[in-house]
Amino acid sequence: MAARKAPERPNVSKEELLKYYREMLLIRRFEEKAGQLYGMGLIGGFCHLYIGQEAVVVGLEAATKEGDKRLTSYRDHGHMLACGMDPKGVMAELTGREGGYSKGKGGSMHMFSREKHFYGGHGIVGAQVPLGAGLAFSDWYKGNDNVTFTYFGDGAANQGQVYETYNMAELWNLPVIFVIENNQYAMGTSMKRATKSVTLYGRGEAYGIPGEQVDGMDVLAVKAAAEKAVAHCRAGKGPYILEMMTYRYRGHSMSDPAKYRTREEVEKIKTEKDCIEHVRDLLTQGGLASDEDLKAIDKEIKAIVNEAAEFSKESPEPALSELYTDIYA
Amino acid sequence: MAIQVLMPALSPTMEEGTLAKWLVKEGDVVKSGQIIAEIETDKATMEFEAVDEGIIGKILVAEGSAGVKVNTPIAVLVEEGESADAAVAAPAPAAAAAAPAAAAAAAPAEPKAPVAVVSKASPDWAEGTPMKTMTVREALREAMAEEMRGNGNVFLMGEEVGEYQGAYKISQGLLDEFGPKRVIDTPITEHGFAGIAVGAAWGGLNPIVEFMTFNFAMQAIDHLINSAAKTNYMSGGQLGCPIVFRGPNGAAARVGAQHSQDYAAWYAAIPGMRVVMPYSAADAKGLLKQAIRDPNPVVFLENEILYGKSFEVPDLPDFTIPFGKARIWREGSDVTIVSFGIGMTYALEAADKLAAEGISAEVIDLRTLRPIDYDTVLASVMKTNRCVTVEEGFPVGSIGNHISSVIMQRAFDYLDAPVINLCGKDVPMPYAANLEKLALVTTAEVVEAVKSVCYR
Ligand SMILES: Cc1ncc(C[n+]2csc(CCOP(=O)(O)OP(=O)(O)O)c2C)c(N)n1
Ligand SMILES: [Mg+2]
Repeated sequence: MAARKAPERPNVSKEELLKYYREMLLIRRFEEKAGQLYGMGLIGGFCHLYIGQEAVVVGLEAATKEGDKRLTSYRDHGHMLACGMDPKGVMAELTGREGGYSKGKGGSMHMFSREKHFYGGHGIVGAQVPLGAGLAFSDWYKGNDNVTFTYFGDGAANQGQVYETYNMAELWNLPVIFVIENNQYAMGTSMKRATKSVTLYGRGEAYGIPGEQVDGMDVLAVKAAAEKAVAHCRAGKGPYILEMMTYRYRGHSMSDPAKYRTREEVEKIKTEKDCIEHVRDLLTQGGLASDEDLKAIDKEIKAIVNEAAEFSKESPEPALSELYTDIYA
Repeated sequence: MAIQVLMPALSPTMEEGTLAKWLVKEGDVVKSGQIIAEIETDKATMEFEAVDEGIIGKILVAEGSAGVKVNTPIAVLVEEGESADAAVAAPAPAAAAAAPAAAAAAAPAEPKAPVAVVSKASPDWAEGTPMKTMTVREALREAMAEEMRGNGNVFLMGEEVGEYQGAYKISQGLLDEFGPKRVIDTPITEHGFAGIAVGAAWGGLNPIVEFMTFNFAMQAIDHLINSAAKTNYMSGGQLGCPIVFRGPNGAAARVGAQHSQDYAAWYAAIPGMRVVMPYSAADAKGLLKQAIRDPNPVVFLENEILYGKSFEVPDLPDFTIPFGKARIWREGSDVTIVSFGIGMTYALEAADKLAAEGISAEVIDLRTLRPIDYDTVLASVMKTNRCVTVEEGFPVGSIGNHISSVIMQRAFDYLDAPVINLCGKDVPMPYAANLEKLALVTTAEVVEAVKSVCYR
């Protein structure tokens, strides 16, 4: 059986590694719990899990500062947890309860937090790309050095609006980082069945936008690339493209049997490339943390997730009068 | 403590499924997250993982069992040393909380003698035609397959229509039969492929464009309206556009505001467009075949919740249903209920309830919204003198508004009560289960509206 490569000893502190470990594990356990609640009928509709891709958002968030903005697609639970939104409020939105971030009205795909500068949660493929450039426009207009992170998938990358946005973002020098989460499938369509132009980061070249491809399963590589992109944006040099090579372990949504890829393909990535196992190895093999230390973190995370699940069950359904509120500002 | 394992919900619209296979047996130890069974939903076979850990004490539903309702106990997990028999009575984990009751029910009407329900024979096929039972999903698939067999210029394009066999399995098997030149998987680029399909139609082909749902057709709507619907006129009749845009429309279940919208009234507003919104499987089949043959652009609005519903369909090698002809599902004398698409579910349920209370409702399914069969509606209203319209879309600018205005202009003197338009509520679709229920039109609302126009 193929084992993971022995990790190189990177120049990174124990505290930093533990932080990534904790944040990625929180996302994974949260998503596993969400999958279970879906099976129990507590979560309805579409529910897209982020399991496998945790290093992308955790690595990028490590390069942000207060004031930076982010937005993504419907596969959004990980992004919310990584930017510091409360797991209880996220889970309660998944169950459609009053205590959810959108008071139960938005659901899994449509959640927002102005406080954490999280601008959704968008259900329509590609929509967040110009929206993210628009948020960046607002910061450019105000003259501050905030950056917007617009996450989208390999499938979304084929949308025309992406290229309209690239053109304007570079034309107007907007501080936006286009983060392509290339998990290699758009629902059941592998990238190669959707395009012959497979180096997605390279598509910015035609518009003058620099970009690079990054191992999105390696949180340290993600963070290093993010820092570079952020520096470019904050220096007023305009947009940047980061293509994160990653993989989703679960089906596209809870109702996707994922017959378009082999079990072996999934297992191979899980055993050789898993982002959490990678950091775990760095910690244990580097003698930075013992199994006991990590077990304690596992326990702590489990408690947070269980608490979120309990909250999401106990929080009441929204009052019926909520049907007609919030339609207009 | 023993824990019951319940039949899981594995898709937004799943109500029951087949327990295809157990991957564990009684006595096996299972871990949380372990895959313990394979379950077939209406769309796919899914793996089901254990939520809790324990030992499989008893399997309550044998593999191969079909029609197992969501949340039925299917197995019992016990702890080491615990008896499996005691475990059968184990408490079920908390399932979704029941939504609180909606608005208070109307005051009970005086009991009236029930009236007979007269189901009108369909005029679309000859008396005595052999019938077969099929789902709307199968009917749509048959319609496409038959037309593709009959005309080599008909092809299907859309997201996941080929190798994936359709996001909602409408195109299942078509790739195998017709090959990748005629069953074309597209990237997620609605604006682009809708335009390409319109161009192909001008070039002499007959495209069927599947939108995964009509919510995503909003990215393409410019080509549907500006390119497909208007060009015959703008070209002085030279450039007709024989194309079908089809896919699920309207609310599914709990998919929120961006994925739950009924576009019937939007497309029905457009001259140059044909708009079809079938309810039954027979209509889905006959009208889709007609749509594929029509020389004009057709927006064909399906419904995810109806896909799995079975109806009687004529067992004929070839039949079509013409556009612009409503179907009278029930004859009645006290009130006319006009609906289409999934609205018919509520209209027909309400008619049954009303019959039991002595109110005889005539139920009309418009079936096509452009053209609309005004004559059938007007003849009925002239007989019953009352009308209620039922649809899922937004209330402002609804099909019901339009029907009311036509009735007012052409049958004003026949009306004994104002026409009531029942629609979805004037709000974006909420996600929460209780609010979603409230946002949709219901059978109870139809019953109440009918009583109100009958002054009962
Ligand atoms: C405009 C539009 N078309 C189709 C869909 C249905 N849909 C939802 S997600 C998806 C696949 C997107 O894949 P990708 O962009 O790679 O993101 P991933 O799901 O892999 O994160 C599709 C086709 C949609 N939501 N919006
Ligand atoms: Mg993808």
